[in-house]
Amino acid sequence: MGLLRQSEKLGLPLMNLVRFKGMPILDQLNLEEKLLRTTSDNWCIVNDGANAPTVVMGVSGKPAELLELESVIGDNVPVIKRFTGGGTVIVDEGTIFVTLICNKDAVPKVQPYPRSIMSWSGKLYDEVFQGIGDFQLRENGKQKLSIRNCFETLPSPPHYLFASAMQPIFQCSKSWCFVLLPDYVFGNRKFGGNAQSITKDRWIHHTSFLWDYEDRNMTYLKLPSRAPEYRSARDHTEFVCRMREYLQRSAFIDKTIKALDNYFMVQPATPADVNSCQVAKFAHSTRLLSKQELEDACSSTKPGTIAQSASI
Amino acid sequence: MALRIWASSTANALGLSVASKAPALAPLSRCFSSVLDGLKYAKSHEWVKHEGSVALVGITDHAQDHLGEVVFVELPEVGAAVSQGGSFANIESVKATSDVNSPVSGEVVEVNDKLGEAPGLVNTSPYEDGWMIKVKPSNPSELESLMGPKDYTKFCEEEDAAH
Repeated sequence: MGLLRQSEKLGLPLMNLVRFKGMPILDQLNLEEKLLRTTSDNWCIVNDGANAPTVVMGVSGKPAELLELESVIGDNVPVIKRFTGGGTVIVDEGTIFVTLICNKDAVPKVQPYPRSIMSWSGKLYDEVFQGIGDFQLRENGKQKLSIRNCFETLPSPPHYLFASAMQPIFQCSKSWCFVLLPDYVFGNRKFGGNAQSITKDRWIHHTSFLWDYEDRNMTYLKLPSRAPEYRSARDHTEFVCRMREYLQRSAFIDKTIKALDNYFMVQPATPADVNSCQVAKFAHSTRLLSKQELEDACSSTKPGTIAQSASI
Repeated sequence: MALRIWASSTANALGLSVASKAPALAPLSRCFSSVLDGLKYAKSHEWVKHEGSVALVGITDHAQDHLGEVVFVELPEVGAAVSQGGSFANIESVKATSDVNSPVSGEVVEVNDKLGEAPGLVNTSPYEDGWMIKVKPSNPSELESLMGPKDYTKFCEEEDAAH
């Protein structure tokens, strides 16, 4: 059986697995972007907890719209704008990060486009969480497809489409199809969020998992204007849940690596291995917002600000 | 066969009627997006229209369809240098940022400011109102290495069929 397993894996692409614990999220994001843009290897980065509470926004996030800025500034919470798209999260030592960096041809049938990548990652994590609690994939957003090309776009029958007959993940009218882009939930509470960045030949898909969190930290985030229907206007503490209530930290990481084994020849890499393949100079696009930027954003939300600006 | 079974199951799950003697689902034409004559196309799904001393650049209908709803476009500054195959812009859609690569080398002489307020123009009008940059080409012969409409259509079909 061992020999058979080995021979089956011979055709699989290599993936370097590097594990950190408590790496600051800014350092992690900078490393990810550098590996995406300056190497040609496949990588899985697991960071078991960030070192301190930090707000992380997507590339186009607006602090005034997404954050309770007076609290964020008053409590000196760092705010980062990352190089990938998507929404805003607050991370800390209770957050587990899993990042996949792949060449565009690494996974068969996966195209370097958002919904193709997320369809595959949904399947990957479905394998990780199947049978745990009342795990589901729930709609985060919709992708409109013409009925004529919906079959070309979706992967070959993914089993998770039928995981819940009551909540179809695929909706059709006479002329349009919508593929729903999944959140990871137990019941109707979200425990993981993801984002992507896609270059000409590679892509990155990173996910932050709420193994645990401080309720207080969630109060730094406003209710986003764009939210999935199943959220039903719940605030953060009612919308999210802790993975620790469902499985052990090490079990989750182990199951994720095991699921990756179905698609890649996973080989451990050390931080020294990572350093040795990096170029010396690289201009990161992830950045820490300055206190001045946050204060300016906070001022812009206050009455009288517009008139004041106009007079200048 | 697998495709037909899936389609039938999907229809049943969603309460759609399925003809009892539906014809076999032959492989559908894979590229339904529009491809315009008069443009040249890159394998990374950008188009270029050479008009005199300036080249107009944007992403194709195929690309915008696969990317999804565009919510943010980051364009270069006027005066910036671009190189063929190199990234010059960033598009955010559906929780993802995607590079946009220039089909030609040269200098950016104009950018589409409308995309700041209306990034969705890339989806609704990828070949007209959704244009991204105008470039003064430094090497017009680079256009010869790009695909014409028929070759690009075939390229899209082959690419989608492979996935």
